[in-house]
Amino acid sequence: MTIEIKTTSVEPIRNTYSAIARRFGDKPATRYQEASFDIEAKTNFHYRPLWDPKRTLNDPSRTAMQMDDWYAVTDPRQFFYGAYVGNRAKMQEAAESNFGFCDKRNLLTRLPEETQHQLLRLLVPLRHVELGANMNNSKIAGDAIATTVAQMHMFAATDRLGIGQYLSRIALLLDGSTGKALDESKTFWMDDELWQPMRKLVEDMLVIDDWFELTLVQNVLLDGLMYPLIYDRMDAWLGEQGAEDVSLLTEFQRDWFKESLRWTNAMTKTVVGESEGNREQLQIWVTQWEPRAYEALKPIAQATTGLDALDEIRAELSVRLKKVGLESTGVQA
Amino acid sequence: MAIKNKKLNLKDKYQYLTRDMAWEPTYQKKEDIYPDEQFEGIKITDWSQWEDPFRLTMDAYWKYQAEKEKKLYAIFDAFAQNNGHQNITDARYVNALKLFLSGVSPLEYAAFQGYARVGRQFSGAGARVACQLQAIDELRHSQTQQHAMSHYNKHFNGLHDAAHQHDRIWFLSVPKSFFDDARSAGPFEFLTAISFSFEYVLTNLLFVPFMSGAAYNGDMATVTFGFSAQSDEARHMTLGLEVIKFILEQHEDNVPIIQRWIDKWFWRGFRLLSLVGMMMDYMLPNKVMSWAEAWEVYYEQNGGALFKDLERYGIRPPKYQDVANAAKNHVSHQAWGTFYQYSQATNFHTWMPEEEEMTWLSEKYPETFDKYYRARFEHWDKEQKEGRRFYNNTLPQLCQVCQIPVIFTEKDDPSVFSHRQIKHEGERYHFCSDGCCDIFKNEPEKYIQAWLPVHQIYQGNCGGADVATVVEKYYHINLGVDNMEYHGSPDHQRWLDIKGLKPLQSNSEKKTAA
Amino acid sequence: MSQKVFIAFQDNDNARYLVEAVMQDNPEAEVQHQPAMIRIEAEKRLVINRATMEETLGREWDVQEMLIDVISIGGNVDEDDDHFILQWN
Ligand SMILES: [Fe+2]
Ligand SMILES: [Fe+2]
Ligand SMILES: [Zn+2]
Repeated sequence: MTIEIKTTSVEPIRNTYSAIARRFGDKPATRYQEASFDIEAKTNFHYRPLWDPKRTLNDPSRTAMQMDDWYAVTDPRQFFYGAYVGNRAKMQEAAESNFGFCDKRNLLTRLPEETQHQLLRLLVPLRHVELGANMNNSKIAGDAIATTVAQMHMFAATDRLGIGQYLSRIALLLDGSTGKALDESKTFWMDDELWQPMRKLVEDMLVIDDWFELTLVQNVLLDGLMYPLIYDRMDAWLGEQGAEDVSLLTEFQRDWFKESLRWTNAMTKTVVGESEGNREQLQIWVTQWEPRAYEALKPIAQATTGLDALDEIRAELSVRLKKVGLESTGVQA
Repeated sequence: MAIKNKKLNLKDKYQYLTRDMAWEPTYQKKEDIYPDEQFEGIKITDWSQWEDPFRLTMDAYWKYQAEKEKKLYAIFDAFAQNNGHQNITDARYVNALKLFLSGVSPLEYAAFQGYARVGRQFSGAGARVACQLQAIDELRHSQTQQHAMSHYNKHFNGLHDAAHQHDRIWFLSVPKSFFDDARSAGPFEFLTAISFSFEYVLTNLLFVPFMSGAAYNGDMATVTFGFSAQSDEARHMTLGLEVIKFILEQHEDNVPIIQRWIDKWFWRGFRLLSLVGMMMDYMLPNKVMSWAEAWEVYYEQNGGALFKDLERYGIRPPKYQDVANAAKNHVSHQAWGTFYQYSQATNFHTWMPEEEEMTWLSEKYPETFDKYYRARFEHWDKEQKEGRRFYNNTLPQLCQVCQIPVIFTEKDDPSVFSHRQIKHEGERYHFCSDGCCDIFKNEPEKYIQAWLPVHQIYQGNCGGADVATVVEKYYHINLGVDNMEYHGSPDHQRWLDIKGLKPLQSNSEKKTAA
Repeated sequence: MSQKVFIAFQDNDNARYLVEAVMQDNPEAEVQHQPAMIRIEAEKRLVINRATMEETLGREWDVQEMLIDVISIGGNVDEDDDHFILQWN
């Protein structure tokens, strides 16, 4: 039989899901929108968690921050899973070719013994900080109550695992993949005076319960000082020590941090902007934790770039925070 | 630096790249960093015994997953551009997708949340990392499902508000309470429930039927996302089996706890899967295999091999497995019969099988279909064709645990409803089975909290007292558009229009269209 | 009682090579073609060797590449650089 298709039956009867249409109108929606808004359960939870019987599942009170709608916090990068892995696949391809290049030409093992030692003492232990960041972001992904927020933290969690793995591979390049250099580097993390304020800070962060406090401390304050210090200033300092090739192996981190500023800034701005109450609480946390992050990095700056570099970065963070209405103390910017 | 030791093998290298990044804390107490690891009574003496279920570093993960996503989205684009929805066997099929998007996709999201949480909770870093990768995978599944269904939503009714409905519609509290139950448990029970009982033991019964069903019914988008998601599932299943073996090997005191959880989660999973059973037997215009056949292959055979393997730990097959095995010839018919009657309150259409489908059911269920179900279905079919489509307007009694109406029958007598009740602190509670009743008795404080949709309607918490108000205002179902009888519905009309057919008096247009 | 291990692949071009290699290494295994998927089952044990796959494909092959096409498995997994084994004890 002949089938004649009438044009009317080809026309869509709606443009997107109702939840998306309620927010953005009934017009064709982006993949980011359909994947990220209102897909998380909101109400009528059946049982209180045995691990937190005072609250329900997906309870908004797992942070002191109050938002009329947490979906107001969105990702400027518009990452949903597919966009995220696509982006990181490209970044890892570049990293892979850099690692391959260094490996083939023995760029690290050619370095003086002393410089190799410095890498194990000053750079590689950051893999442990990354694991802490990984755990913190995974916790936040489990606690946050809007997909737009939760997914950014899940992506951050896996990113930090990946960054920890790239740092570990620097040691594997140095020791010819035996694990010996990683063992050595871990002793600095555990016992070297230089790392103890940082290790204490990381362990203290692991017991922060409020997930928004945790994202502020980890992703805004600590990263805000640590990434510029390590991957810009210390990177330049390593170059002065003749280890400019190491730069190739930390390119991922530099690109990553630049990108992460987009969402951390947007998130902070939205949450501060929601209410004076939010701003006040965030200010308390900034005042409490920013000096801790600074102190934790101080021995590393002193051993490498000098304290001035860290102070400059601190001033930059202060400017960044000021833009969203928060103040950090202790800086003559 | 001179090369001193032996080069690491894959396994040791992976450990250096994951769990070796962890350390023994000294500034904070371990119990404060991992506060949830103790209360369930599971004893872990040595996390270093953890066997990584797969060895995927992040760089490889990004690479492989990006490759999968690229393929998947190329097909979604092609599907939408070519109006792929017109190539399905019959628009009745889309109702399986409505059930999937509102019943299953939200579970993927809940799995993401659950794994993100336990991915922080264990003090063993190897286990944490495995859980985190599953967390992000499950996020993937929930999102690719939104995208796969996006085009269908533009052309059919009933797919438009799935997450909202998952929180509210009476029968969707069956899957929702299942995952709420797991997520509100401790981390070890969560893994036993989801990684082991669900992913390892039962997931084949969920995905293989849906995806093969899609393949048999011309639904390219669903086949593609389903199989692409399943490629992650192989990793999740490996995790599920490793978890169980690890816990059992750690301490003999763990065995009775795990056995109780396996009993519980097998039964909850089995009840949940009755929705899949009716989908397979009744909602697919082209049938793949019967529910009973799927159960035989994927539970009786595979599950049998698995539990034989676990015998050496002192684990026996789940309690009431015999009841479940016997029920394979009944559950799909009983479930469909129920959804047919309550179709005014579902987010999808129902219908009575056509004659050739009845014949198929008789063949596949020689001992039960003709004897217990056919006559009633033929009667309903006749009534519908004579303009008296049957809807049941009394609200059903729900099981306090699985939340399915009390519709299943006794193992030894299919003419008697299985119904248990007990009194707890002066209140009477109702159950569909001994399996559900046992679960309640083990944790009454948990199950008395259940948000039972029927009670909630009676208590006035669902926007109104009459069904129409609840359905339209609270559930966001467009009454008679998204649901009720398929024949004569807007979806049906539109399908006939697409296929260039005129509506006929009988239900036989599928045959003329083919 | 029989204890079958199994592995299911998406029915695509990669699967042809996988099936060929699996059947070479496990001649007693059974291949079942199902809608859009290929299922291979064997009593107790099934092994996929990297060496066989590399020969079949005529190129280097990483065991993890397989994960892209696997739909489901049954059995304990033992994976290393050189093989992927499914077995029941
Ligand atoms: Fe999933
Ligand atoms: Fe899964
Ligand atoms: Zn029940």
